[in-house]
Amino acid sequence: MELLIKNGFVYDPINGVNGEKIDIAVKNGKIVEKVNECKAKKINASGMVVMPGGVDIHSHIAGGKVNSGRLLRPEDHYRDFEKKTRITRSGVGRSVPSTFTTGYRYARMGYTMVMDPAMPPLEAKHTHEELSDTPLIDKASYPLLGDWWFVLEYLKDGKIEECARHVAWMITATKGYAIKLVNPGGLEAWGFGNNVSSLDDQIPHFGVTPREIIRGLCKVNQLLGLPHTIHVHTNNLGVPGNYATALETMRCVEDLAAGGKPVIHITHCQFSAFKGDDWRTFESGAEEIANYVNACSHVTLDMGQVIFTDTTTMTADGPFQYSLHTLSGNKWVNHDVETETSTGIVPFHYKRKNYVHATQWSIGLELALLIRDPWKILMTTDHPNGGPFIAYPKIVAWLMSRKAREATLKRINPKARSRSLLQSIDRELDFSEIAIMTRAGQAKALGLNCKGHLGVGADADIAIYNFNPETTDPSRKYKAVRRVFKKAAYTIKNGQIVAKDGEVLRHVNGATFWLNVQTREPAVLTAEMQRRFKEYWTVEYENYPVSENYLAVSHPITVKADV
Amino acid sequence: MIVNLYPLKTFKLPIIAECINPDMLKGKTLDDMRRLELWEGNKRRTLGELFKIEISNPASSSENVTIIVNGDVSRVKRIGAGMKSGEIIIKGNAGMHLGAEMHGGKITVYGNALSWAGSMMKGGAIEIHGDAGDYLGAPYRGSKEGMRGGKIVVSGNVGNEAGAYMHKGVIKIYGNAGQFTGFRMRGGTIYVQGSCGGRAGTCMVDGAVIVVGALESAPPTFTFEGVKNKARIDENEAVEASFYLFVGDLTENGVGKLYVARDRNPHLSNYEKLL
Repeated sequence: MELLIKNGFVYDPINGVNGEKIDIAVKNGKIVEKVNECKAKKINASGMVVMPGGVDIHSHIAGGKVNSGRLLRPEDHYRDFEKKTRITRSGVGRSVPSTFTTGYRYARMGYTMVMDPAMPPLEAKHTHEELSDTPLIDKASYPLLGDWWFVLEYLKDGKIEECARHVAWMITATKGYAIKLVNPGGLEAWGFGNNVSSLDDQIPHFGVTPREIIRGLCKVNQLLGLPHTIHVHTNNLGVPGNYATALETMRCVEDLAAGGKPVIHITHCQFSAFKGDDWRTFESGAEEIANYVNACSHVTLDMGQVIFTDTTTMTADGPFQYSLHTLSGNKWVNHDVETETSTGIVPFHYKRKNYVHATQWSIGLELALLIRDPWKILMTTDHPNGGPFIAYPKIVAWLMSRKAREATLKRINPKARSRSLLQSIDRELDFSEIAIMTRAGQAKALGLNCKGHLGVGADADIAIYNFNPETTDPSRKYKAVRRVFKKAAYTIKNGQIVAKDGEVLRHVNGATFWLNVQTREPAVLTAEMQRRFKEYWTVEYENYPVSENYLAVSHPITVKADV
Repeated sequence: MIVNLYPLKTFKLPIIAECINPDMLKGKTLDDMRRLELWEGNKRRTLGELFKIEISNPASSSENVTIIVNGDVSRVKRIGAGMKSGEIIIKGNAGMHLGAEMHGGKITVYGNALSWAGSMMKGGAIEIHGDAGDYLGAPYRGSKEGMRGGKIVVSGNVGNEAGAYMHKGVIKIYGNAGQFTGFRMRGGTIYVQGSCGGRAGTCMVDGAVIVVGALESAPPTFTFEGVKNKARIDENEAVEASFYLFVGDLTENGVGKLYVARDRNPHLSNYEKLL
């Protein structure tokens, strides 16, 4: 099918297009130079903003953890449900929506690719089953490897090449996309009721430190040449004073960077930018982090913006979730994923009038506005930890409009308001910067060449928003911004219009992206490892890998590594 | 305005009828009322398809609506859900979630009500002349938002977990109550005239449970505070009798009060040795 999008204001930062009126031609699911004007279906986008389809680098949308969250929160479902239509299925859930609803809601906002950031390898099959059932968007998942026993052992022995081969096997076997580290070392310690509090704490029984894990896996990532960097949820997350740990984490891989390319992604950075000694002296550490990030080029971040709402927090960071449970008194799920990682889930309500929550809200926006280069800071809420992804339009409005920020500032805790740096920040992002933070930058950080831009050869994933930047000022009309980003005028996935004005028009299966990492030598699985698999895992080694036919639509990316 | 509803058949499938609500009928003509939508099983129906509607006294103020349901509506859920004013009278049994999240007005049932009557209610009054099911005034599954105001009076017996997570308001039960009455209560008062099932007041933080009938045992995580001659239900009402007073739940650092009548619970008399 051919498609021609005419007269839109195109924002395509990767190709240097900044609001110019260009026609976009689509053929067979790809963007092409031109199409036959008579035959092609035309979309009149005059007076509208045309962007590449949205990409979300970090959003918990599938897997054992999300599903436990759904079970834990019936009260999250019953107020928010979607009725079945001729095309769509019914579904429930606000902060932990069902798979189909997740796909529909992302597509309505103009998103076309979402990464699930935490897949315990043991639950890879479950995660992929859910991802296969998430329609309209492409997706991928990052296996949790920061506390994987064999990785810890290889790193302890300094066997980086062997570790790389093992990680390559793991990523291919779990059909993963990147190396995810969550509270490196802390989760292994949590298996014994402990945690780590600095980058140099020894992990019990293994004798490695978080610093060695981060540096080791960063080197592994480089050896394998994976498209994304290591994706790190820092130690001490959610603890006052942890901005120092976040800075230390970024510094510890500084020397590994080469050629100005990023080597580490610090995810949901807002939760790692707390200053102060305890909750009473709690304040924002965004300025320190922004100053560091502005001065270096080896880091990318995402926001993890907090939204004032009731949501469900879920991370693989078991010890953090436990402290959140004791802090809030809310119900809690603790899940020990055997030898691999941990998991915790706690419902949480971020309140405007709470000093800490309001400051957290401020930190996320401060990070986004104080970091000058939008390619380094990407927009997320760490769905559902900071808030559900359906709140993205609100964040876009806050970023584009000082007036929108002031309107919210007026309503938050007075102490948080007086201390917030937002009052002194005048910066307002334009559509091009928003396009970077929500699609181009995300695709670039992920190393996805076919996403996040509208150049010839790219996947025809396009979002069109009914907003005329020539006649309307987004800074003043922030409510209009919120409205249009909530319901894209058109969402085009692989050259097909899947949603129009917030209504899903057809069901399309998105693809699951995964890395087929081919090493020069295969990973060695010793008899000792097999014995341990038998003894310590509930799944046999033979049943462990996820076969390709398990994915509804498989999209392998081959990576050849010289190890 | 008085609106009479007569069920046109014996309902076999569950019906969700949020439109049986005085606020929804306010200022509507008979035809408008007939067109109000509800669900029967998975099918959309209109009020007129399932009920015969009669309006009497239309000339009186249409602001003050009274709905009278004549017949058994035990399959009909969410009657009066979220209502703010007016009155509903049900001459028969009522279904689940009766008056859920109601803010004001009054519901009277001359029959039994099933589970979750007055769930998460914030104000108003519910009077049930028969029995009530489980979770009377308790929140929806998983939620902590218990009753925040209003009054529920049940003449018969109630099931388990009446008044769970209650914050404010009064529940009066003239019959017997099931287990876990006042579970995780944070305020308000539950009065049980009959006997009460085990574990009354478990995990309560504040508020009061008054048991005039028999209670099998006081929870072990409560302290015995002594004998009192009066237990207060609300500002206007108190019960004058001899009560054992227990305070807890200590596992939650709670200061909730559990009054248990002395004369009906001789098996608790060994607590008196502690005085």
